[in-house]
Amino acid sequence: MKKVFIPLLAALVLGLGTFLGSYISTHNMGIFNPKGSIAASEMNLIMTAIGLMLIVVIPVFIMLATFAWRYRAGNTKAKYTPDWHENKTLEIIWWTIPGIIITILATITWTSSHTLDPFKPLDSSVKPITIQAVALDWKWLFIYPEQNIASVNLVQFPVGTPVNFQITADAPMNSFWIPQLAGQIYAMAGMSTKLHLVADEAGDYRGMSSNYSGFGFSGMKFIARATSQEEFDQWVNLVRQSPVSLSSEEYAELAQKSRENPVTYYSSVAKDLYGEIIMKFMMPAGEHLQKKAEDPSHGASSMPVMPGMVM
Amino acid sequence: MLGNLTTAALPQDHIVITASIFMGISAVGVIALITYFKRWKWLWTEWLTSVDHKKIGIMYIILAFVMIVRGFADAVMMRLQQILSVGDSYGYLPPEHYDQIFTAHGVTMIFFVAMPLLVGLVNVVLPLQIGARDVAYPFLNSLSLWLTVAGAALVNVSLVIGEFAATGWLSYPPLSGITFSPGVGVDYYIWALQLSGAASLLAGINFFATIIMMRCPGMTLMRMPVFVWTVLGSMALVIITFPIFTASLAMLSLDRMMGMHFFTADFGGNAMMYVNLIWAWGHPEVYILVLPAFGIFSEVVSTFARKRLFGYTTMIWAVMAITFLSFVVWVHHFFTMGAGANVNAFFGIMTMIIAIPTGVKVFNWLFTMFRGRITFASPMLWLVGFIFTFTIGGMTGVLLSVPAADFQLHNSLFLIAHFHNTIIGGVVFGYFAGITYWFPKAFGFKLNEKLGKAAFWAWIIGFFVTFIPLYILGLMGMTRRLSHIDAASDWQPLLIVAGVGVLIIAVGVVLQILQFIVSVRDRKHNMDTTGDAWGEGRTLEWSTSSPPPFYNFATIPTVHGRHAFWDMKHGESSEPKSGHYEDIHMPKSTGIGFYIGGVSFVMCFALVWHIWWLAALGLAAIITLAMIRSFDYETEYFVPKEEVAKIEAARA
Repeated sequence: MKKVFIPLLAALVLGLGTFLGSYISTHNMGIFNPKGSIAASEMNLIMTAIGLMLIVVIPVFIMLATFAWRYRAGNTKAKYTPDWHENKTLEIIWWTIPGIIITILATITWTSSHTLDPFKPLDSSVKPITIQAVALDWKWLFIYPEQNIASVNLVQFPVGTPVNFQITADAPMNSFWIPQLAGQIYAMAGMSTKLHLVADEAGDYRGMSSNYSGFGFSGMKFIARATSQEEFDQWVNLVRQSPVSLSSEEYAELAQKSRENPVTYYSSVAKDLYGEIIMKFMMPAGEHLQKKAEDPSHGASSMPVMPGMVM
Repeated sequence: MLGNLTTAALPQDHIVITASIFMGISAVGVIALITYFKRWKWLWTEWLTSVDHKKIGIMYIILAFVMIVRGFADAVMMRLQQILSVGDSYGYLPPEHYDQIFTAHGVTMIFFVAMPLLVGLVNVVLPLQIGARDVAYPFLNSLSLWLTVAGAALVNVSLVIGEFAATGWLSYPPLSGITFSPGVGVDYYIWALQLSGAASLLAGINFFATIIMMRCPGMTLMRMPVFVWTVLGSMALVIITFPIFTASLAMLSLDRMMGMHFFTADFGGNAMMYVNLIWAWGHPEVYILVLPAFGIFSEVVSTFARKRLFGYTTMIWAVMAITFLSFVVWVHHFFTMGAGANVNAFFGIMTMIIAIPTGVKVFNWLFTMFRGRITFASPMLWLVGFIFTFTIGGMTGVLLSVPAADFQLHNSLFLIAHFHNTIIGGVVFGYFAGITYWFPKAFGFKLNEKLGKAAFWAWIIGFFVTFIPLYILGLMGMTRRLSHIDAASDWQPLLIVAGVGVLIIAVGVVLQILQFIVSVRDRKHNMDTTGDAWGEGRTLEWSTSSPPPFYNFATIPTVHGRHAFWDMKHGESSEPKSGHYEDIHMPKSTGIGFYIGGVSFVMCFALVWHIWWLAALGLAAIITLAMIRSFDYETEYFVPKEEVAKIEAARA
């Protein structure tokens, strides 16, 4: 049994190792293939943390293998001390060494939590662009308040320009994630979260919701397209020529449940639509409609700040 | 009359119909067998009405094994769907069905497999380890069991009548609210878990009181076996956290049934509150499960390395440190909600601090092996497999506790691989080791070692073949709970490898089933006549016969050290005198626990379907049964010493 089992196990480990190795080297490894400075810092952080932990983990594996082999019952030559059960020095060592490593990691955690805080605007000489992302059942709506355009399931921005995402949901909770550019942040109804990122290289990146939001969840993905400034300007012009504009009525239509929506462009957007989407959860639905009928100019300027609303 | 229940609730889809028929046939088969062997009376008097902790423990474990089949079938279906549903193909499960399966998988595995295994093992072993004749509240113990069974039954009934939740295993609102989940699925989820949660809380109180009050003379806290300490920590967590769980689900059901707004997105509801509350229970829950597994391994390593456990006192401090810290880490489940850098960093650092006491425990186990004489019986194999697997899981866990790293790993398959790494590598391996280790104590014969070892190898190899690909897929950016995958992603090869891994684990499961069958068949050859099945027992459970008499110990032992039975064997303390017996005070069997369980099932089913008259009737019946029980003043009896002497003579 042993004669067959050990070679079989070795073959399996080798075969799987080779397969996984060749797979990893020929595929896009997502977060290990960062195309923006935030994602790159996050990757470095992950690598540092793994490296630090290996300082303890590798000795554990070596000891496990050595002790299991050396002190097997069959090896009567090995020392046997059945009553030895305490050693202050050893115990102090294994409280302190992991303690030191965790202290280092904790320091790194404290700093990186602040430097990589998704709510923190990026330092850059380039003027940032603001994009509002709305998670709907089951598609992503992107509103460009400065350009007054909108698109569904495709977000485009220039390379090297910091992008300030404002994120909300008019649906169950979702999470906004473009792995190659930056980590995720939740999209929640009645609230606005923020994510700051910058693309360092042009390209199409996979974007998606990573938090399950119902039956159409698998299709809740989008293209994040980073291009040159000229191409971006051309794209904005292209969107402006779209025959459809995103009025409140059009938005109400769009917010209905639908799956696998194609990329859609809107040449203009109703005034402060993003604020409206958040505000409608701030009061009973009926009152909201009433208020709107009375005061058509109601908008973000009058938006009350609820405790916990801007997280 | 029947609320929202109509014939539309009956299964429409052929997979569900097949599963329902299978369940029906199994039930009819079991009933037919019991009738054929005329075992109804025996079943009722010996088992269903029993308040004997050993029998209740065994029934808990049987429930866990029935439910693991369901949970594992869900896992196989999920892996198969992800392999098939790529590009233009949409697999064999529509999202409406697939999403129920991943919800049911998580719910079943945590509440109706892991929890019953935990409570079952604790029931079988703990009173024996502290030299007690039963738990503190034997009736409550029976009630806990039957409430858990009622919860499990409700989950299974949802397969046939209606639907189960399609919201993920923690059912975050607003998705689980009435607007987005108008069906009965979430109601089945809520009521099944209310039953299971109440049962767990009762069990927690029971065992906590048992450990504090029922230890035999001489067993001070610092003489308790490590398993008892870990159970103490685990049950303290149960008592503190399960009320939060019950209250969160109660508020969610008020939102759904009464139109309230605790967690809705509008009318001032706050879904983030639910996420906080559910994880304030949910994180301690993983320590509730894993601490006793640490205890089992501490017993196992000492027995099979034939050496005293290294660093008992540090072990206890580590257990207590983990117990405390597990309360201050819950936010790490949602760093991505945007609580801000200070809050995130605090909870991240608290989380990684847990790695220190956990690491200490690993070193103590390793140094128990150091200079030992290790026999690699299957419990010891599970231990070695556990240290290797769990260390990797711990490492990925610490990685996830760094908030800025978590932004990239959260909700991805990396996270899924991580928690299966700790739950399978820690909890499941631990409970399997415990079951193999204490099986001879409960039944009087050992399990077949050859099949047990083969099952171990299938499990550990299958585990890595399944979850290494999931780790990689997570890094590539594949999220959890996908029912369909883009062709462009090219993830299919890794998903196929993961599917092969699940098949290897399935071989392990089949080998374990075979192991039970073969061991029962060959039981005459594997008898444990000494009570000290492994020959190296140190704790009190090994001092009584296997299986123990219903009163556990003819004379309650008095202990003088940490290794009570070891000292008896080596003449360092006197063994209980034989020949002289006293009357033994024991609890009487009662059917009330079983009845309340049954009525609770009916009541919760009625609540799911809004059959109000039936729910009210159920509630009235529960209150009546509780009153009947509380006015019964003769719940205990004495076994006369002559009878004890007779039983003891027969056993010798």
